[in-house]
Amino acid sequence: MGFFDKLKKIVNKDKEVFKDNNEKELYDKGFEKTRKEISDKLNKLNKKYQKVNAEYFEELEEILIMADIGVNTVMSFMDRLVDRAKSEKISNPETLKELIVDELFIIYVNDEILVDKIKYNENGPTVILFVGVNGVGKTTTIAKLAKREKDLGKKVMLVAGDTFRAGAIEQLTIWGDKIGVRVVSTKENADPSSVMYTALEEAKNENYDIVLIDTAGRLQNKVNLMNELEKINRVIGKLIDGAPHETLLVIDATTGQNGISQAKQFKEITNITGIVLTKLDGTAKGGIVLAIKEEVGIPVKFIGLGEGLDDLQAFDIEKYIYGLFSELL
Amino acid sequence: MFENLSDRLDNVMHKIKGYGIITEENISDVMREVRLALLEADVNYQVVKEFTNKVKEKALGEEVRKSLKPSEVFLKILKDELLNLLGEDKVEIEVNKKPTILMLVGLQGSGKTTTIGKLGNLLRKKYNKRPLFVACDIYRPAAIEQLKTIGKSLNIPVYEEGKNDPNDIVRNALNYAKENNLDYILIDTAGRLHIDDDLMNELESLNNEFKPNEILLVLDSMIGQDAINVINGFNSKLPLTGTILTKMDGDTKGGVALTARHLTNVPIKFIGTSEKLDGLEEFDPKRMVDRILGMGDILSLVEKVESVIDEEEAEKTYKKMKKGNFDLDDFLAQFKQIKKLGSIEGLLKLIPGAKKMGLNNINIDPKDISRIEAIILSMTMEERRNPNIIKANRKIRIAKGSGTSVQEVNKLLTQFEQSKKMMKMFSNGSFKMPF
Repeated sequence: MGFFDKLKKIVNKDKEVFKDNNEKELYDKGFEKTRKEISDKLNKLNKKYQKVNAEYFEELEEILIMADIGVNTVMSFMDRLVDRAKSEKISNPETLKELIVDELFIIYVNDEILVDKIKYNENGPTVILFVGVNGVGKTTTIAKLAKREKDLGKKVMLVAGDTFRAGAIEQLTIWGDKIGVRVVSTKENADPSSVMYTALEEAKNENYDIVLIDTAGRLQNKVNLMNELEKINRVIGKLIDGAPHETLLVIDATTGQNGISQAKQFKEITNITGIVLTKLDGTAKGGIVLAIKEEVGIPVKFIGLGEGLDDLQAFDIEKYIYGLFSELL
Repeated sequence: MFENLSDRLDNVMHKIKGYGIITEENISDVMREVRLALLEADVNYQVVKEFTNKVKEKALGEEVRKSLKPSEVFLKILKDELLNLLGEDKVEIEVNKKPTILMLVGLQGSGKTTTIGKLGNLLRKKYNKRPLFVACDIYRPAAIEQLKTIGKSLNIPVYEEGKNDPNDIVRNALNYAKENNLDYILIDTAGRLHIDDDLMNELESLNNEFKPNEILLVLDSMIGQDAINVINGFNSKLPLTGTILTKMDGDTKGGVALTARHLTNVPIKFIGTSEKLDGLEEFDPKRMVDRILGMGDILSLVEKVESVIDEEEAEKTYKKMKKGNFDLDDFLAQFKQIKKLGSIEGLLKLIPGAKKMGLNNINIDPKDISRIEAIILSMTMEERRNPNIIKANRKIRIAKGSGTSVQEVNKLLTQFEQSKKMMKMFSNGSFKMPF
């Protein structure tokens, strides 16, 4: 069964992708703007063109570029699509629409088995390191994930590893108090590696289940800051076997092509295991994650759909594409 | 900033040179490159289309055909059209109203609070203003704390009332400013989505009551195609007087600069170029075009150097250099001046032809400079004046005193000798700059 058929079934509620209606509602709400824009455009496109032609493809390219799907990804996608349309003699835009969704899905999945769950450490605390450029929402994401894990009955610790930005430690501490989890911190401008020792020793001794580590935002071309991150990563690994068990790169959905550079360069320094795509509740589509998956091979694990503590969702490519295209079906 | 875009355009120029003449056929090929370069820089799709059509049309025009050097004319066309997008003239920030009220708005994480700090610093330094920061981000945990920390480090007062209503806060802040003779009010607001009606109403209410002289939209320069929605979203609710592009010191291609002004007519006023509180530059379209085209920006370089170099000190050093008795104390003084310039990588990039000289990929660790300082400060006056006497025992002592190694002391002494030689070449004119 093609992906497109599967989508139709989701819409027809033949198969429940969503756990419950609440979750679906949140998705629908969070994606409202995103979905509306993309699908409005695609629908208009399909009404405008009775037959697929060069202008049709140009407009389609524009829609995909405007969704921030990477330029290379879009260009090769368009080439493939034009070829397929030609060889399969497809001239009806409605039929092509199915191809488009199918091909987008293939780009992301690429014959891999995608693991979108957190990999828990079975012999001691699970350590998750959060990295990313400035202002993407690392601290807020940590708070959201902490709430999620705590609700699952886990003993959660937050580590304030951003000792650089003014107010960052304070920010994490306020969140920790609000959720009711332990926050380990040091003073501003201290070496962030030093707080790792204190925190991870305590996590081991006090049997914490999960440790979420905040780091300062850093632009990926700043060599000194990237070296600092490498050191943090090394220190963590020495203290707990196999740690960090997850390293999540937080990316702002409004990010354009620079997202690819972020993924590549952070991956060189740390073992990025997944992406958290934040701020998807705006008008940005976050399409760059498709290009990141294709070019760098990192899957999205979570998405942020708002500022509330409950607005973090596990990423699901089916739901994501559903979110982008559901009004089409 | 822009380096990658410059690289791509550099390739384009190369191609054009290779062709010799411009024809309908080869220009299409070139324009495809230009188009991809701009799309990869996140320039708005429509802007790219318009731009490439215009450039192509002009490139096939009379002027180019008649020219003996089509590549030069083509470069001029690119330059003119880029300038056209960026808006020709520099638009200055309002500083003459008493008091001047400025409000920063933008999405979450775009860098408003840090930028407020930088603006306050710049307004005080360059325009002799007495700024007041007003904390109106009543939502994000510790946002007020962040602004207070920044205010404290700059010694600029911060007015806050916790989570009170923003209109009340600003009203009281204006009174506070009057009583304390502060003349530039900078309002920090919470990050918000342009589609969040409640929070947008809050900004409108601030605008209605206080009519700020400047309302600046802070935009992350890594933003993709959503930029146009964001700018239009804010501009439709508020009379924006400008934008500030932040995080330009990353490896972003910064295409939003080419989109913002052209599609919305809102001028770019500043760009953020480092995490430090002096990392804010006034935006000048002409200089920016030179940077985009990889032609360097010697004007900004000179200004930057002038703003920190102590003239008397420089004159003294110059005389010593000429006489050939430049010593380690002078060497140290030079390093201290360099340190004041901020990011050296950033400076190198302003040099025309920096890329060709391989200066664009140099990384300088600020800690290296601190180590050099420590080594020289561990020397006696005698040693600094006459480094020749520094032999094995003295080296060990200096290394210990500065917490470094003998190798590092040796390295410094060699560097010093090399600079001395260079200076001699400079002063007797046997050294030619590579550009």
